[in-house]
Amino acid sequence: MSGLHAGRSRLRHLRRRAANSVMWVVAVLCVLAAILPLVLVLYYVIAQGASGINLDFFTKLPKPVGEPGGGMANAIVGSLILVGLASLVGLPIGILGGVYLAEFGNNRFAWTVRFLADVLSGVPSIVVGIFIWAMVVVPTHRLSGMAGGAALGVMMIPTVMRTTEELVRLVPMSLREASLSLGATHWRTVFKVVLVAAKGGVVTGILLAVSRIAGEAAPLLLTAGSSPFWSTRIDQPMPSLPVQIFTYAIQPYDDWHRQAWAAALVLVSLVCVLSVAARYVTRGRFRMVR
Amino acid sequence: MISTSIAVQPGSLRQQGDHTAKVEVEHLNFYYGRFQALKDVNLTIRERQITALIGPSGCGKSTFLRALNRMNEIIEGARTEGQVRLDGEDIYDRDVDVVALRRRVGMVFQRPNPFPMSVFENVAYAPRIHGLARGPDLEDLVEESLKRAALWDEVKDKLKGSAFALSGGQQQRLCIGRVLAVDPEVVLMDEPCSALDPLSTLRIEELMHELQQKYTIVIVTHNMQQAARVSQETGFFLHGELVEFGPSTTIFTDPTDKRTEDYVTGRFG
Amino acid sequence: METAVDRTRSLKRRGIFTGRFGDGIFKWTTLLFAACVIAVIALLAYLLVADSLPAIRTFSWRFLSGRTWDPVHDVFGGLPFVYGTVVSSALALLLAVPISLGAAIFLSELAPPWLRNPLSFLIELLAAVPSVVYGIWGIFVLVPFLRPIEAWLGMRLGFVPLFSGPPYGIGMLAAGLILAIMVLPVIIAVSRDVLRAVPVSQREAAYALGATRWEAIRGPVLRYARAGILGAIILGLGRALGETMAVTMVIGNTPTISPCIFDPAYTMPSVLANEFMEATGRLHIAALMEIALLLFVVTIVINAIARLLIWSVARGAPSGVKE
Repeated sequence: MSGLHAGRSRLRHLRRRAANSVMWVVAVLCVLAAILPLVLVLYYVIAQGASGINLDFFTKLPKPVGEPGGGMANAIVGSLILVGLASLVGLPIGILGGVYLAEFGNNRFAWTVRFLADVLSGVPSIVVGIFIWAMVVVPTHRLSGMAGGAALGVMMIPTVMRTTEELVRLVPMSLREASLSLGATHWRTVFKVVLVAAKGGVVTGILLAVSRIAGEAAPLLLTAGSSPFWSTRIDQPMPSLPVQIFTYAIQPYDDWHRQAWAAALVLVSLVCVLSVAARYVTRGRFRMVR
Repeated sequence: MISTSIAVQPGSLRQQGDHTAKVEVEHLNFYYGRFQALKDVNLTIRERQITALIGPSGCGKSTFLRALNRMNEIIEGARTEGQVRLDGEDIYDRDVDVVALRRRVGMVFQRPNPFPMSVFENVAYAPRIHGLARGPDLEDLVEESLKRAALWDEVKDKLKGSAFALSGGQQQRLCIGRVLAVDPEVVLMDEPCSALDPLSTLRIEELMHELQQKYTIVIVTHNMQQAARVSQETGFFLHGELVEFGPSTTIFTDPTDKRTEDYVTGRFG
Repeated sequence: METAVDRTRSLKRRGIFTGRFGDGIFKWTTLLFAACVIAVIALLAYLLVADSLPAIRTFSWRFLSGRTWDPVHDVFGGLPFVYGTVVSSALALLLAVPISLGAAIFLSELAPPWLRNPLSFLIELLAAVPSVVYGIWGIFVLVPFLRPIEAWLGMRLGFVPLFSGPPYGIGMLAAGLILAIMVLPVIIAVSRDVLRAVPVSQREAAYALGATRWEAIRGPVLRYARAGILGAIILGLGRALGETMAVTMVIGNTPTISPCIFDPAYTMPSVLANEFMEATGRLHIAALMEIALLLFVVTIVINAIARLLIWSVARGAPSGVKE
């Protein structure tokens, strides 16, 4: 029998060891290759965007084509309003729907809802835009903030619903039993005990959903459109950061390019903050979403 | 297919003492992080014998078993002190190649864990990676291993079928066959029958008697009757210590240590 | 006279929100909200079909084989867009799959614990960057970078049809690259989860037989995870097919079909984004709707297949997938 040190075939042995080492090297290279684009994108966004970030950017309106200067104040406000509108649509459906699935969800109807929510999360955002275009823009004969908010809201639903359901399910039975045995009704138990216990996770779901829709431009092109003016009325076209980035980037004006980069920097910063916040909220608890 | 030709009795019928030492354990200490799972264990496992390790849950017997083929190292924060000598060579020596060690010291687990491949592929896996055989030689090797694991007759027509299609008892014998395919010297068994029904258990115990003629077997079990049935020597573990070690007849009928006596008579554990 | 204490002791129901009635309202209200999802999908499907009927009736199968897209003369052939979508996605997968698998194996099998969380976070960030940001980076960083490379390739390997066009920079190759970057995090995250779901006992069995790390991964682990990893790749494909903004900004938006990857092209989502607001003719809108319908159906089917495959390995919803 071969000893512990000399393998039966030294060569084979070395080959196996070598193959193992090669695997390590290749795997590390792959990780680096995956991280590289992120580094490059972040680098350029910061490098190019920093020069455009100034007070004007946050406070001034866009100047007419060709004139230098101006800012994206209206787009920033517009984005905030759109996210708010979206939440009005997405949060109630997502949270209450998720609660239904978690508390009563063992029938065919619930499984259909789950399946369709997954389907919805896979629908390309431009198609969602077309949907709202047909449902809201066409009947009202105009692009509007309302339509934009609806489109973004629809996109929020699957994320919020799935997270809420998972988190509510995670709340232990013992907690509910304690509440019910004290004479509380089912609905009180859910709202006062279960949701409170799950609130961290639900908040994370909301943060993630917002982070996703805040950067969407495709559906807004067809619903909220754009506007060079202050626009806070929801029945009028509403500007937003992502659409501004798109519009400015494809035009040949350097000043607009600079502002587009700055807007990109703002969006990326927002997304980073939200991602970190989401991780922070669920730190150490459960190996959750992702 | 229960053979009645082998009378299953405590190992007193087999000769002891004339078997040479195969594995010598000296001052073995093992730590998971801060917790000390094994405390100064010393024992000798003899060649071509069945040695049983018994003790209550959490007493360290499985940890000890895993120390014999260095499977403990997979866990993070694990630290081993002391010596474990296989045929005189310390397996914890720096130069030792763990991969080569595990060829010589094989392991069968508590729950059968066949690979998601065909029966043939499962048994061929290890010989392939160690480069032991190829082509028709490999087929012969697989057949031989399955025969030694008393499974050949039942699977010879189903070699290409999925391993998961076999029953629990068959899967465990497949896992044994998988280990035998690399022609080890020592076979470690960690509660191999605890997930099986009584009939399968009996078959595997019979198998052990046959295997014993060629291989050294160390079995961890919480079933004392099983330990008494199959083994020649038994070690009793408690709280990470080896309390007593000796011929199985002695351990089960006339133990020296009171704690051993309490355990085998069922007062605790 | 009832005291407050007496009132609480009484078994009689008080008020409409106590007891079974309140619970009933609760159940039906939440059910209604959940049902909104069904309503949305049903309406969406109906809309797409109804509004694309004029185009379906006019062109039937020629819509998929026709190469001419001419709004002025009401001739609509969708082949260029299908071609653009398929090729750009295929290119993306070609580049992304090997890298993703390597990274996923590293994350789930090889990385030391302290490295796992930070790396996973970085991969999440990759997925969280908005499409338009990738687009603007594509226009101003990637495309200028690609031009000299395309020029060099054209010079050396110009006889290969793949590289036979002028080095625009903007075109199929740029789109494929950007899509590859966007698809990486999806495939990595899901593959990693699938690999983690492989039971420890499989690895233990392999090690106990004397396998090296690589042999254990290459054998039982990957074998076990096979279907799930395929699902992860298909999920990535689904994401690539529907990606709009970044692709629109770097692909050139020209409905041509060309074997050269330097040439500009047009994808289904891009034509929807560009032409929808300008379309006036009824047939034009219907044609666009038909493209949207195609996109809708294809992405649903692909996502469903992907989830089935993933579920077969990892049981339960693939939590952790950002679409």
